[in-house]
Amino acid sequence: MKTIAELLPEIPLFEGLPADQLELLAGCGRNVVAEPGEYLFTEGRTANTFFALRHGSVGIEIPVPAREPIVVQTLHPGDVAGWSWIFPAQPWAFSGRAVERTRAISFDGACLRGKCEEDHELGYELMRRVAIVMAERLRFTRMQLLDVYGRGEAA
Amino acid sequence: MVAARQPEPAAAAGAADAIVPRRFRVLANRQENEDTFTLELEGVDEAGPFEFEPGQFNMLYAFGAGEAPISISGDPAAPGPLVHTVRAVGAATRAICAARPGETLGVRGPYGSSWPVADGDLDALVVAGGLGLAPLRPALYSLLARDAGGGRLTLLYGGRSPEQLLFDAELARWREREEIDLRVTVDAAGPGWTGAVGVVPALVERVEIDPARSVALVCGPEVMIGFSVAALLERGLPPGAIHVSLERNMKCAVGRCGHCQLGPEFVCRDGAVFPYERLRRLFGLREV
Repeated sequence: MKTIAELLPEIPLFEGLPADQLELLAGCGRNVVAEPGEYLFTEGRTANTFFALRHGSVGIEIPVPAREPIVVQTLHPGDVAGWSWIFPAQPWAFSGRAVERTRAISFDGACLRGKCEEDHELGYELMRRVAIVMAERLRFTRMQLLDVYGRGEAA
Repeated sequence: MVAARQPEPAAAAGAADAIVPRRFRVLANRQENEDTFTLELEGVDEAGPFEFEPGQFNMLYAFGAGEAPISISGDPAAPGPLVHTVRAVGAATRAICAARPGETLGVRGPYGSSWPVADGDLDALVVAGGLGLAPLRPALYSLLARDAGGGRLTLLYGGRSPEQLLFDAELARWREREEIDLRVTVDAAGPGWTGAVGVVPALVERVEIDPARSVALVCGPEVMIGFSVAALLERGLPPGAIHVSLERNMKCAVGRCGHCQLGPEFVCRDGAVFPYERLRRLFGLREV
C-alpha cells in the first residue's frame, strides 16, 4: 500500500514537488473514504481541512432554504477541494457531498499553515499552485454565469 | 487533415429550385425539453429519402409565420423521414414547433458545408453545447457507423441543466456502447444528478487527446465555441483540425442577401461548418 507521500505526486497540485516537500505535506495528510451522499465538508462549519480527490466524485453544493441544494460543480480524481483552510477560523463557503464512493487525502489545515509558516519556500509554492486552481475555478464560474445555453436569437 | 466539404455550387448559384420551398408533411412532433421539439417530415410531392451531408441545414417555412434556418438532426444513412430539432425562440420557430402531425411545412435545402467525418482512422472529438448537439447528431451517427478498429469517438456535451439535455433516451443508449466515450456536464443541477456539473471546456481538459491524429467538431453558442476551441488549442490540437459550426442570421441561404456575412464569408453558403483555421482571424472580433 502506498504511503501518503507516494500518493501525492498523482495529484496535479503536487506534481513535480521535491521529495522533502512532499514528505512535509504528507505529514499533514491522511486517507479518507466517503460513501455516496456523505458530506466531506459542510457550509458554515469551520474549514480546517483540505481535500485532494483520488477516486470518485464530489458535488459542490449551495444550500437553498426550503428547497433542494444546488450543485454548482463536481470535482473529480486529481481535483482539490477547499481553500478556506489558508486563513484560520474561516467557515466553509460551500458543502461537498460524495456523488459516488470517494477516496481522498484529507489535510489538516492548521498543520499545513504551520508548515507553510516554517518553510516559506514551500508556503510560496503551495500558495502559487492553489492560486492557479482558484483562477481556473473563477474562469469556469464566469463561464457558467454567462448562461450561454439560454434562449438564442429570435427567428 | 480532412477539410469540411464545401457546398455544391448549384444551391449557391441561385437556381430557382434552390430557393423554392417544397411541401413536407409532419409525421411526428416530439417535445425534447421545455422549448425544443424534434419533427419528422416526409415530402408531399416527392418520394424517397432526403439526401444530405452531416452538418447541412434546411430553411423551414411555417406558412404565414416565416422561415428559419434549421440544421438536420437525423441519420444521413437512414432511409426514414427528414428530421429537424427546433427551438421555439421567435414567431417562425414557434409556429414550426407547434406544427401537428398531418400539417404541412415548406422545406428548401439542403444547404451549407458538412462535418469532416470521412476519415475513419482519425480520433473524433465531438464537443456540443445545448442545442448544438442537434447539428452534430448526423455526424455522430456517421462516426458510430465507422468500421471497428478505426479512430476513437468522444462526445463531450454540455447543457444548462439535466432537464434541458436533448435526446436523453439516445444518450442513455450511447452510454452503453463501447464505440463512444460519452461525457455530459450541466451548468447546475439538483443533488439527484450523478453526472458532472461544470462547463464543457473543463471536460476537454480531462479527456485523452492525441493531437497528431485527432479532429474536433464543435457546435453550440458562439461563446461556448470560443472557450472550447481555446481549450482544444491548449491541448495541442492544430487549428486546422478543429471545425466549428456557426449560427448566424441566415435569411436567403444561398449567399445573396448578406445577412449572415462574417467578414469575407457567407455563413449560409461557405459554412455553416468551417475549419477554425479559416475563421481564426475573425473569431471574437467585435461587430463582425
